[in-house]
Amino acid sequence: MSAQIDRTGIKIGMWLFLYSEIILFGGLFVLYAAYLHRYPEFFAEGGKELNRIIGTVNTVVLLISSFTVAASITAIQRNNKKQTVGLLLFSIFCGVIFLVNKYFEWGAKIHHDIYPNSETLVSGEPGLNIFFGLYYVITGLHGLHVIIGMILLSVSLVFVLQDKVNAERFSMLDNSGLYWHLVDLIWIFVFPLFYLVL
Amino acid sequence: MTATQSFYHTPAPPHLTGMKAWLLTHDHKRLGLMYLGAIFFWFVLAMFLGLLLRTELMSQGKTIMDAATYNATFTLHGVIMIFLFVIPGIPAIFGNFFLPIQLGTDDVFFPRLNLFSWYLFMFGGLFAIISLFVGDGFPDTGWTFYVPFSVQNSANVGLTVTAAFILGMSSMLTGLNFVTTFHRMRDKSMGLMQIPLFAWSLYATAWVQILATPVISITFVLIVLERFFHIGLFDPDKGGDPLLYQHLFWMYSHPAVYVMIIPGMGVISEIIPIFSRKSIFGYKAIVWSSMAIAIAGSLVWAHHMFTSGMSDVSVFVFSLLTYLVAIPSAVKVFSWVSTMYKGSIEMTPPLLLALIFIFLFSIGGLTGLVLGAAGTNIHVHDTQFVVAHFHFVMFGGTGFAFFAALHFWWPKMFGIMYRFKPAYIGASLTGIGFMFHYVPMLILGLEGMPRRYYDYLPQYETGNFLAGFGGYLLIIGMVTMFVNLLLSFKQRMPAPVDPWGGTTLEWTVPSPPPVHNFLHKPQIADFPYDFTGVTEQLLQRGGEGPLP
Amino acid sequence: MDNTEKPHVLSFTQLGMVLGILLVLTAVTVGVSYVHLGFLNIPIALTIASTKVTFVLLFFMHLKYEGRIINISFLSTVGVLVILIGFTFWDVAYR
Repeated sequence: MSAQIDRTGIKIGMWLFLYSEIILFGGLFVLYAAYLHRYPEFFAEGGKELNRIIGTVNTVVLLISSFTVAASITAIQRNNKKQTVGLLLFSIFCGVIFLVNKYFEWGAKIHHDIYPNSETLVSGEPGLNIFFGLYYVITGLHGLHVIIGMILLSVSLVFVLQDKVNAERFSMLDNSGLYWHLVDLIWIFVFPLFYLVL
Repeated sequence: MTATQSFYHTPAPPHLTGMKAWLLTHDHKRLGLMYLGAIFFWFVLAMFLGLLLRTELMSQGKTIMDAATYNATFTLHGVIMIFLFVIPGIPAIFGNFFLPIQLGTDDVFFPRLNLFSWYLFMFGGLFAIISLFVGDGFPDTGWTFYVPFSVQNSANVGLTVTAAFILGMSSMLTGLNFVTTFHRMRDKSMGLMQIPLFAWSLYATAWVQILATPVISITFVLIVLERFFHIGLFDPDKGGDPLLYQHLFWMYSHPAVYVMIIPGMGVISEIIPIFSRKSIFGYKAIVWSSMAIAIAGSLVWAHHMFTSGMSDVSVFVFSLLTYLVAIPSAVKVFSWVSTMYKGSIEMTPPLLLALIFIFLFSIGGLTGLVLGAAGTNIHVHDTQFVVAHFHFVMFGGTGFAFFAALHFWWPKMFGIMYRFKPAYIGASLTGIGFMFHYVPMLILGLEGMPRRYYDYLPQYETGNFLAGFGGYLLIIGMVTMFVNLLLSFKQRMPAPVDPWGGTTLEWTVPSPPPVHNFLHKPQIADFPYDFTGVTEQLLQRGGEGPLP
Repeated sequence: MDNTEKPHVLSFTQLGMVLGILLVLTAVTVGVSYVHLGFLNIPIALTIASTKVTFVLLFFMHLKYEGRIINISFLSTVGVLVILIGFTFWDVAYR
C-alpha cells in the first residue's frame, strides 16, 4: 500500500531464493557424502588427479571477486558511481577467468579420456567413476551458476550506468551480489571436497 | 470507475484491457482465478484417466486398454494429480486469492513474480502435454520415476521430468512469495497470534515448498543427465547406488505430502468454527501443529523404502519418526471435533464437506500407521492398500478440503450464491462413492493384490468390480457438485458481504472484493475467531442462517 | 517491521580485512592438504571451509546486520541440510 520500497522485504525474498539454491546443491552433497563414505580411497586417488594449482587459483579468483562485489555495494551506497562500475567490471572479469580456467581443466581431463561414460572410467574402478561423475555434475552446475551470476552482475552494471541503480535504490545490485557470494560459498566447499581429499 | 467496484471491473495495472487485463495482471485475485481455471482443467482430465484405469480393472484381462497404455495412463494420472492438482491446488488458488486479504493487505509482496509463477505453471503443463505426443510416448514409470527403469527406458522421461522441474519451480516461487508476504505485508497491528489459521497453514506449507522442492529439482536434473551422459551415479555397474535415488526422491516427495495436506487442514480450521459459531478450540495448538507437521514431515522420507533393502537401523529410525507425525495431525483432528462440541452447529455444504474431510482423513491417517509400522508394512507394501491409503489422505483429505474451500469461498470470489440442495446431494454422493471406491482397495491390498498391476487373480475380481462401481458413483457426485457451482453463474443470486457469519477479514470486504481489497483500513480483531459479535447479529436477524 | 531502516555500510578496509582472512585460510587449507593426516584431513578441510563460509556470510553477505527473520531462517536451512545428509547415513552407514 505504501509507495516506499521495502528493501528488507526484497532481501528476505532473495534469501529465500538462496536457501533453495543451497538445498539444490545440498542434494548433490548428499550423494557426495554417501559415496565418500563408500569409496574413501578412490576419492583420495581421484582428488590427486585434479590440478590443485588451478583449483587454488580459482578459489582465490572467486574470493577476490566476492570482495569486489561487496565493495561495489559499499561504493554505490556512498554514491560513487565510477568506483561501482570499475569494481563490477573487475568482478565480471574474475568470473571470466574462473570459467577459462575451468575450461582448460575440463579440457585436460577430457583429453585424458576422463569424462562421463568414457572408456577409462567405465572399465576402471567404480569408485573413480563416481568421483569424476560427481566432479563433473557439481562443478558443471556450479559453472552454470557462475554464468548466471555474471549475467546478473552485468544487468546490474547496465542499471548502474543508466542510474536505475543508485544510492537510494540498489536492491538489484544487492541481490546480484548475494547471488554471487552464494556461488563463492558453494565453491568454498567444492574446492576442499574435490581437490584436497586425501 | 469507483473504489467500490469489484476487481473484475478494475484491471491491475490500470492501463490493461481485454484479455491482457488477465494475462498480464499483477492482481493476486485474478491470478488465483487463473490458477483455478488451469488446475480445474487438469483435475478433470486426471479424474477421467483415473476412471479409465478403474474401468480397465473392473474385470479380469483386457477390458478397454492394453497393458502398455495402462502403465502410461497410471503414470499420467499420478503426474497430473500430484504436480498439477494436489500440490498447487489450494495454495495457488485460494492462497493467492485469500492470503493477502486475510493479512489485511492489498497484494502479495512480489506481484510480478506471482504472474511469472503462473506462467511457469502453464509452461510446465504444456511440457507435460507435449511429452504425450512427441517421441516414444508418455513414460510408463509411475510418477516416482525410479531408476534404473526411468534412465533406461525409451519413453519420453526426459521431457516429463523437465515439466515436473518447471512446476516445482513455480511452486517454490509461490512459497517464496507467501513467506515474504506473511512477514512484510501483514497489517502492522496484526500480531502473530492474530493471524487466521488458513494463513498460518499457508506459511508452514510455503517453507516446505522452499526447502524441499529443490531436492526434487536436482533429482530430476540427475535423471536427465543420466539419460544423456550415462554418468552412472545410480548404476551399480558403475559404482552407483540406486537406493540413493530413492532417498533423494522421497526427501522431497514425502514433505510434498504435507504441502498437499497442510493447506487443506487450514481450510477446515476456517470452516469448522464458523459453522459451529464457536471460537476454534486450541488456536495455538493448531498453529503449532502446522509447523510441527512441516518439520516432522521432513524427517520421515525413508518410510517409503522399508522393503527396498536399506539398512535395518534406518528402517527402525524412520518407522519411529513416522509415528511422530501422527501427534500433530491428531492434535488438529481433536481440535476440530472439540470446536464443534457444544457449538450451535449450522449445516451448510462447506461444513458437510469439511466433516467428510475429517472422517476420510482420519481413516487415511490411521491406515498410515499400519504402513508406518515396519512389520505390517512389509506385508502390505506396494499393494492396493497403499494406493487406498494415500487416496484417503490426498483425495479424501486434500480433495475434499478443495471442494469445501470452493463451496466456502465461492460467494466471495464470484459474488454469487449457489443452491444448497444439489450441493448436499453431490457431496454425499461423492463421499459414499469414495468409500465404495477405496474400501475395497484396502481389503484387496490386505489380501495381497499389488498396485500398478494390469491384471489379477480371479479372487480379486469382486473387489475390483466394486471399486470400479464406486468410482462411477464418485464421479457422478463430483459432476453434480461442479455443475451446481457452474449453474450459479446463470442463476446469479447475489451473495452478501458475509453470507456465513465469518470473523476473518475476507468477510469484511465486498463480494467480490475491490481491486485493493479493502475500502477502509481493516480493523484487526484481537482474536480472529471471536464470534460474540456474530452471534448477536444472528440473534437480531431472528437466527436465520445463510441465504438460500 | 520498519521500512525505513538505514542499511549498514561496510568500509573498504573492513571488507579488505575479511578478504585477507579468507586468503590466509585458503593458504592454510591447501598447506594442510599436503600433510598426510589420514582420516583427519577431511574434517580439518571442512572446518576451515566452514570458517571461511562464515566470514563470507557475516560480512560480504551482511548476515551480521540482518534482522531476526533472515538469521533464523538461514540457520534452519543449514539445519535442513544437515538432516538431509545426516539421516541418509542411518541407511548408508549401517548397510
